Amino acid sequence: MTSYRQSGWRISMVGDSAIRIDFGALIDPQVSIRVLALAAAVRETGPDGVRDIVPSYSAATIYIDPLLADVDGLWKLLERLAAEPVSRQTSSRDVLVPVHYGGSDGPDLEAVASFANCSVDQVIHLHTAPRYRVYMVGFLPGFPYLGPVDSRIAIPRLANPRLAVPAGSVGIAGVQTGIYPTVAPGGWCLIGRTSVKAFDQDRDPPSLFRPGDFVRFEAVAGSTR
Amino acid sequence: MIRVVDAGLLTTVQDCGRWGSQDLGVPVSGPMDLISHRVANMLVGNDSACATLEVTLVGPEIEFLADTMFVVVGGEFELWLGEDRMQVGSVQFAHHGRRLRFGPRTAGARAYLAIAGGIDVPFTLGSRSTDLASGLGGRLLRAGDELSTGSGESGTPVLRGNGIPFDLPRGGATLRCLVEQDVLRFDDEVVGVFADATYTVGPDSNRMGYRLIGPKLEQVNSQQVLSNATPMGTVQVPPSGQPILLMADRQTIGGYPRIASVISVDQSVAGQLAPGDWIRFEFCSRSEAVEALIAVEQTLLQLV
Repeated sequence: MTSYRQSGWRISMVGDSAIRIDFGALIDPQVSIRVLALAAAVRETGPDGVRDIVPSYSAATIYIDPLLADVDGLWKLLERLAAEPVSRQTSSRDVLVPVHYGGSDGPDLEAVASFANCSVDQVIHLHTAPRYRVYMVGFLPGFPYLGPVDSRIAIPRLANPRLAVPAGSVGIAGVQTGIYPTVAPGGWCLIGRTSVKAFDQDRDPPSLFRPGDFVRFEAVAGSTR
Repeated sequence: MIRVVDAGLLTTVQDCGRWGSQDLGVPVSGPMDLISHRVANMLVGNDSACATLEVTLVGPEIEFLADTMFVVVGGEFELWLGEDRMQVGSVQFAHHGRRLRFGPRTAGARAYLAIAGGIDVPFTLGSRSTDLASGLGGRLLRAGDELSTGSGESGTPVLRGNGIPFDLPRGGATLRCLVEQDVLRFDDEVVGVFADATYTVGPDSNRMGYRLIGPKLEQVNSQQVLSNATPMGTVQVPPSGQPILLMADRQTIGGYPRIASVISVDQSVAGQLAPGDWIRFEFCSRSEAVEALIAVEQTLLQLV
């Protein structure tokens, strides 16, 4: 088993066409800042044969064309960047997301209240209180993985995922909260819905949320009805 | 311009994929068999970035609305140009009004119809590929659809095709793969089970991935895996223990442990498999993977 020290990292090939640097299986703001700074630095350096750079919670995966990329050079670049202290501040924005909580927009809101052993209003209060970090965007185009959710309302995924979650649904899965940009199957517990368009292919950039941004939720009038 | 007379089972427009936006959750998509897509483009003198039509299991009937040079490459289908039989891999010239009809399939699962100049649908986020899951780039083709062709870069066609540089699967294939770091979640015995197993491509397989039916793979520790990027060819293992081979329309990130990654060249072979076909996995080294890739490139270079 590989273990990680606080400041450790591990570089590995993923298949024959990707290289990954992983800072340990942690959902942690400092780890996320390192991952995003490194991804931005690789993008800026622009090594040959790089096709895509995908940051996630604790890792950055760099897709390469194995016949064009210099894997050893890329490996050394990652080692060098990982060893450097994080000096860059990657750009981030604050996005306010109005949500209609409960009712048919949030069919699992009551279940979350039972899970937390509190009132529906308290669930809304706990969900709207934090300034969430966008750790990554994925699963669906524009789907933001936000966290951490207050542990009292960190309800696990549904045992039986829904076949069609409506676009704009706001859900919780453990310490994560997120927004479904489009209709999709999904197992997150749905507590509300927003009219914010998380993904629009004709917008530049198409995703409203980018890794490193911050999100606050705000209950709109008439929530829970 | 071409017109879809009959769409077949599942016909989509594909180029080399929607690269560069995976950090925003945009899947790559692209051809299930990239090699056949590229060969098809090369034979009609196209850049490999041109869009082709990907035909799946049951092919379409296409009417050419202008004089058109085209080729079909990949899976073996019976092909008719009007009343004349034609062969997969042979470049043809169709006069305005003629129809190309796909008949029964004898090997492989997918074929690529390339037209000189490419299929000219609008770009979505830098690609013409149809991603069926997210709806980016379009939708399944339907009878009556008309598609523009021929605006792409087009060079000199190669009028002799000698097929694709791999054996087209006839009922199944052995796919070479590399071991994944998450393999530590599986004990040696389970990895041995995976390497010895013969899996079947499940009926609910699609362009996102193949659900494999066969020996169950138990994880040693069920600690949560943090989601990260999921390249094509990844073999992931959900709690059911039945592996899933991720294909072209896969999601950008996923949280199931991975046991292996199919090498690039053999991803195209996987793209020629149909539900019910068998798959065996054979571990190889990274240098073998790269050598296989170079060998394919050398074969393709000899085409032009």
